[in-house]
Amino acid sequence: MLRWILGGRGSQGGFEKSAALCIGEEQPKNRFTELQVLKGHFDIVRFLVQIDDFRFASAGDDGMVLVWNVETGERLVELRGHTQQITAMTTYAFIKGGRSHSAIITASSDRTLSLWDPDTGNRLQTVSDLQSSVKCVVVLDHLDVWLSGANELCVWNRDFQLQCKTVHHSDAGITAMVSLSKNCIAAAMDKEIVIFKLNLSEVETTILAIRHLADHQDTIRSLITINDELFASGSHIGELILWDAIDWTIQAYEHILWEEPTVDSQSEIRMGQQSEMSIQHMHSDGELLTAAVGSGLYVYHTVKKSIVAYRKVAHDSDILHTMLLDNGRVMSCSEDGSIRIWELQDLPLAAEPASSGFFGMFGTFGRSGKQAGAPTKKLLEVSGLRSLELIGDLIGHSGAVQMFVNFGVKGLVTCSADHLLIVWKDGERESQLRSLALFQKLEQSGGL
Amino acid sequence: MIASPDVVAFTKDDDFGDSYTDPCLLPEEFSVPLFPHAANANPWTKTSYAKFSKDFILISEFSEQVGPQPLLTIPDDPRVCGTFDLNYFSLRIMSVDYQASFVGHPPGCSYPKLNFVEDSKVVLGDSKEGAFAYVHHLTLYDLEARGFVRPFCMAYISADERKIMQQFQQLSSGFSKASESLKSGNRKAFANELEKKLQDLEYTRSVLHKETELQKMNNGCYSTQVIEKANELANVEKSIYEHKDLLRQITSYPNRKRDTDHVQYEPEKPVETSITDHTFPSTHSINGDKGIETDSGSQQLSYTPQLIKAKSAKCFDKRLKTLEELCDSNFFPQTMDQLNLIEKTFRGDLCFISTSQIDQALLSKQKITSFLFEEERDWEEEENSRNLYDTDHNPHIAPPSVSNLSGEPMSLESYATCVEISPHKLDLESMEGPPESSTSDITQETSEEAVDTETKGSFSSDRSIEALGNVSPANPNSFVRRSTHEVCTVTLSVHQGDVASETAPDKNSPSLLDVNTVDVFETDNLVQIDTACCMGQDGFIYEESLPEPVQQCGEDTVVKQEPLSLLQGDPALQVDYIFGESALPLCSSLGFVLPEESTSVLSEEMVRMNVEDVSDCTSYMSTSTSSDRAGSPFTYGSLITLKQKKKAGHSALRFIRQYPFAQQAIFCILSGRTLVVLGAEEGTVRKLVNALSIFVPNLGKYGETVQPWLTTSFQLTDLHRWKLIGLQRVASPAGSSMLHSLSRYSRYIGILDCDNKTLRCPPYKGTLLGHMADHRTQIKRGSTYYLHVQSMLTQLAAKAFLYTFCHHVHLPINPDDQGSVALRRTNFLLQLGFTEEESQIIQFLSELIKQNFFQWPLKGLGQSVFSFNYTTSFLYKI
Repeated sequence: MLRWILGGRGSQGGFEKSAALCIGEEQPKNRFTELQVLKGHFDIVRFLVQIDDFRFASAGDDGMVLVWNVETGERLVELRGHTQQITAMTTYAFIKGGRSHSAIITASSDRTLSLWDPDTGNRLQTVSDLQSSVKCVVVLDHLDVWLSGANELCVWNRDFQLQCKTVHHSDAGITAMVSLSKNCIAAAMDKEIVIFKLNLSEVETTILAIRHLADHQDTIRSLITINDELFASGSHIGELILWDAIDWTIQAYEHILWEEPTVDSQSEIRMGQQSEMSIQHMHSDGELLTAAVGSGLYVYHTVKKSIVAYRKVAHDSDILHTMLLDNGRVMSCSEDGSIRIWELQDLPLAAEPASSGFFGMFGTFGRSGKQAGAPTKKLLEVSGLRSLELIGDLIGHSGAVQMFVNFGVKGLVTCSADHLLIVWKDGERESQLRSLALFQKLEQSGGL
Repeated sequence: MIASPDVVAFTKDDDFGDSYTDPCLLPEEFSVPLFPHAANANPWTKTSYAKFSKDFILISEFSEQVGPQPLLTIPDDPRVCGTFDLNYFSLRIMSVDYQASFVGHPPGCSYPKLNFVEDSKVVLGDSKEGAFAYVHHLTLYDLEARGFVRPFCMAYISADERKIMQQFQQLSSGFSKASESLKSGNRKAFANELEKKLQDLEYTRSVLHKETELQKMNNGCYSTQVIEKANELANVEKSIYEHKDLLRQITSYPNRKRDTDHVQYEPEKPVETSITDHTFPSTHSINGDKGIETDSGSQQLSYTPQLIKAKSAKCFDKRLKTLEELCDSNFFPQTMDQLNLIEKTFRGDLCFISTSQIDQALLSKQKITSFLFEEERDWEEEENSRNLYDTDHNPHIAPPSVSNLSGEPMSLESYATCVEISPHKLDLESMEGPPESSTSDITQETSEEAVDTETKGSFSSDRSIEALGNVSPANPNSFVRRSTHEVCTVTLSVHQGDVASETAPDKNSPSLLDVNTVDVFETDNLVQIDTACCMGQDGFIYEESLPEPVQQCGEDTVVKQEPLSLLQGDPALQVDYIFGESALPLCSSLGFVLPEESTSVLSEEMVRMNVEDVSDCTSYMSTSTSSDRAGSPFTYGSLITLKQKKKAGHSALRFIRQYPFAQQAIFCILSGRTLVVLGAEEGTVRKLVNALSIFVPNLGKYGETVQPWLTTSFQLTDLHRWKLIGLQRVASPAGSSMLHSLSRYSRYIGILDCDNKTLRCPPYKGTLLGHMADHRTQIKRGSTYYLHVQSMLTQLAAKAFLYTFCHHVHLPINPDDQGSVALRRTNFLLQLGFTEEESQIIQFLSELIKQNFFQWPLKGLGQSVFSFNYTTSFLYKI
């Protein structure tokens, strides 16, 4: 398409996209027609958390945490204190003086944990001299404690006092945690999921590992809660397991294999990609679950225990973050620097030739016999299989897009390895807001 | 010339009912007589009977040695004055009674007293010479002069008396600034001189004292030598006292004037004592009684005190200081700068000046939209320049280049700087030939006329001078008021009936008394008048001068270039730039290509067209040999002048003629989509960028939104910052990353490929831009085309203003009808006659207006937003 730019100076394959995914420039369903580039970080920006309905914080390898206003793009405060990259960040809401406050907990490679006030930028609490750097933090609001996962699991109260901790597990450490019912916590450690039970009594708090779930064949990459009954985990080789949140039994087991049906020359080109089936990220709205599998996307119905839609090659390289939007859309961002918006659409009639992305979708293999209750289904038999159609892409970052936060109508914030944050907005809405502000100012100043 | 009442009378007498005659044909007897000077193509010029070719500024002095004498003219070019007798006119303007005469010993005071006299402003007319002048008298202090004062006057001399009268306040304000600057410098120099003199006197006193003591010891107390010495000593004492008093007076001046409070006198640099042509050693000097003070035959240049010899016999050889020496070295160039500015400002026809002033006054009220397409006139900069003259300057403000105007020999470096900075100015201004050949006929005739009228005995030469208006010297600041014309007193000393109406047709008309028939605008809104557009007196000078442009590329012409702006980039940098290629070959080649026949009857338009074409060609040619800068006057970071924009208009005209898809490219720019001009050759790319820059909304004062030449790949933020980019096409692997960014961001940009002559951008099918960029346009001149574009862009800006500030379009009627707002917006634009595509232009302009209105911070580019839309691009080919 762009060969003419080169003026006939020979072909180049470096940046040609696969034709199937080229949506072109006509994107009527893409409402993001305005962007704002936020500069401030000096290194890869890896984490974004939403603080309230207009603020968010960003953090990354430069050890800085910046708080921004999504409406104006203004940088509100800079939280400086960590000397090394941030490894985990979460918000922490607490009641103090009858008023609810929101704070930010950050963990860094410098083996410290900090609590920040995003209103003032003050560091409220800090813990140093940890034995290992914390990879994940989970806040248990109902117990008013929070947990940090490193090589050991630590339980902290609101005042940053260590309540208890587990013994040292392994060098791999805890990479992800989710809170389950009955004061239980599921923590992913390499190939295992360990269920911890937290006992809070008047005198002391204790934590105990009560169950080891070792059904994954490879390292667990992703662990999320789906709803009160279910949680899900995904592994490096594409195993997706749905667990019962109460009795920790397997509810569903899917092994996603992006199998290449055609044996043409393309297969050797894609050898590298083919082996990549790692489930990098998952997101669920309680019913549907979307998983980033290598450079492909996978949407699963957790109630029907069936696949809804998938696309084997959704991006040019690995997808790092994905999200189900409320209007039946899926958003994904990838190492290739783009963000793509997908829509779940009913498939055209079977007689029609399917889109090129449709071939090779027979990749889900049930592992029959291994676990009871694990469904084994052929894809084509699944009724109501839908397709993921690309309806828009956002191009702006020049590095891998690490993650994004959706502010609904206010826009979408993306962070990237190019040190930038971009707020994508609905240009029409913003224009109207500016007009309103203009007339307000006119009224105040009494005319031009 | 035929006057309008005559024409009316003729048409009244015409009998319509007689027989059929073609109403368009005027009977022969009624035909308007041809303009007497056929060679003079411009019938509006008033200089036909004047002996000078265009307006100029004359500085004269009433020298105590030789009487009135002209010192210098601005522009400093003998051709401007022609055969006009400067000596005679100096006599005229200096002979107006001026109140400087009472300086010296006032009655009842034993010590000399300095008078801080206000300047006087007078309008003079000399109908015989065809000259009218605004005359600004001022006095400067000189320790060696009689009564310590030297009367000077600065005169703006024009052949158009209405210009003088109508622009009186502006002239007055301009000259007041110059005068203030001159006088401040003079006060400083005078104080320095006094201090030195005091040191000398103190030293002399101590020496004399010693000698007296010695002689007392040797000869006794009452010897004649001792008495002589004692008298001498007493004289010195008295003189010291007087000088101290003078110093007190001159240094107490700041207390009387508010603006000189902050004077920080720099450590004194010795005043140059180069002998200039302006001083004539006089043999006749009136020596005052203050022998000691005035007799110091030599100037003291250093702090080393010198012995002052009493009663030097050499007093007749006294050499008076030149104007430059009278003024502190930092202030004089600034004064000259200001005078040059005045000369430039009032160059051209009155009509044009007035129009520009009105234009400017209107524009100043339109700041909400004028930033979009109007040439950015920085109001605060105007303020600054005013402050520069109002308050006493910090000497370091003075740019190095300004000193070129002081008449010092220019160094090669500064010369090159001048050439570099205004290469396009050069090719027009270098055409400015010697007007002797053209004006000599006229002046001969006028002198004949003058003789004719004189033989009629209608007036004597004495009476030909009229003091038309005499404005009492009020506070200079009061000239901002609109009422000063009431102060004018007219002292007509002519027998009115005798004066031939030819020479001074409006002399008795009331408009002459009415200094301000037009609205007087803020006096600081001085308009920079551009010669290329000005129809006035400059026009005909070009005509016969074309054969000799090569000589005129010499230093002479360059010195007269306008002073560089203070905001211009680092001169050293620019010098480096020019050393890569010489400027003179450009000129000479330019001259060489010029057609010979242009000397004959070609109209000035034609000639100028040629000049422009040729200069375009040369810049094209030079691209191949050197790094082209001639193709692009838009060097990043330098001020964009109207002239450059007009030049760009010429390139744009060529662009729309050459490229059938010019409309799409312009649409791209106007709708806020960054246009990337891609090419391998820097000159071509820069030229195209330059041409298209006239369409860029919110271009910025320094063209910040345009990047004329980029050799690296660009980022998203660059697209945000620059709306027009010239990009180098590189064949090397380094170029692939650039091409990558081109393809990656292709949805945000349009790509104009110079080498393959293709354009890739969204389609445009409307008619609006067809008017703006019709490739079959009949417009021939670049500046005309620029004005055409400008008028259309102004219309767009007006529509955008309407759209932005129309209440009902944007405000929701009830809280939950956002959708209807969008619909109303679309409908409104449709009703304005814009297609969907053209609406994008208006919407983009509207967003810019809003942004400008809110004064959103420009510092962090991250703060501002970048809008785009998703439309398919098409590839256009020739």
